[in-house]
Amino acid sequence: MSAILECNKLSKRYGTVEALNSVDLTIQPGKIVGLLGPNGSGKTTLIKLANGLLTPSEGELLIQGEKPGRVSHSLVSYLPERTSIPLWMTVDQLLDFYSDFYKDFQRTAAVQMLENLSINTKQKIKELSKGTREKVQLTMVMSRKALLYLLDEPIGGVDPAARDYILNTIISNYNPDASVIISTHLIADVEQVLDEVIFISKGLILLQSTVDEIREEKGVSVDALFREVFKC
Amino acid sequence: MTWSFQNDTPIYAQLIHTMKQQIVAGVYATGEKLPSVRDLAAEAGVNPNTMQRALTELEREGLMYSQRTAGRFVTEDRNMIEAAKKALAEEQVKRFLTAMTGLGYEISDIIALLEQEENKGDVSCQQS
Repeated sequence: MSAILECNKLSKRYGTVEALNSVDLTIQPGKIVGLLGPNGSGKTTLIKLANGLLTPSEGELLIQGEKPGRVSHSLVSYLPERTSIPLWMTVDQLLDFYSDFYKDFQRTAAVQMLENLSINTKQKIKELSKGTREKVQLTMVMSRKALLYLLDEPIGGVDPAARDYILNTIISNYNPDASVIISTHLIADVEQVLDEVIFISKGLILLQSTVDEIREEKGVSVDALFREVFKC
Repeated sequence: MTWSFQNDTPIYAQLIHTMKQQIVAGVYATGEKLPSVRDLAAEAGVNPNTMQRALTELEREGLMYSQRTAGRFVTEDRNMIEAAKKALAEEQVKRFLTAMTGLGYEISDIIALLEQEENKGDVSCQQS
């Protein structure tokens, strides 16, 4: 089976700052992967390269064997770290927008999720709280039947109950042909949902392993290992 | 409600343990059909591949079996479940004894304490 995402000697520089330094990485289908690293380690850069918002300085990044472009945009569902849905729309209008824009958008599933989160779809997005906006956008992103979900800090701004609901959505959306990449600092919350973890630091991949391998070999949780590796 | 997990052991091993407890306690009855991997994973709040791994191991141990199209079932072999129950009990006893000997108790003291506890139990039963 071919990899969903593949990086070969991928580098990205912003001026003289090296955000990613010759990264080699492969992500297979059917995996829920945690992209973990301290602030400024290159997580968001990697995610932005994967959906074509940035272009590599050197090396390449392939989605199902192809460079990010028209084809990959229809395969990748992306949640940016900052909410970016149009504030003037109502949630209902946003549902229309997503239905028009993405062939793989499952409106019924989205409506159901919004109902479970007690979100009134008649409301304008600008009238919603920051956490609720995040929930709305995540609902849109997760309601696409994509091959790769790129979630940049999906649970940072929402309350613990919503966090559980979101993680549960990720589990019940699980599809053996698709992969999910979650970048986050809240490792303890997501650890049990992940197959694999990638530790990234200063643009380098420090480790790629499965959660249970880490627990088996080191006898500690991923959260504890992270604290040890990135001790300040 | 998701299950809770210890930090120092693999999650799949903890899933195996919890599933065994549930089978022994009759949450899933002898011969009963189990929910799908995805539903079990969602219930436990864990990765579906991790749940799959735990179920495969439970099958290998004989506590569950799959039928190609019908799904996964708890074994109908009561002896097997009884044996799993005994193994879980022995593990609990061992853990308890380790904790108690750590406090400096001898086995005979521990037995005396257990008897004392049992008598207390009788008293409260009579009162109620």
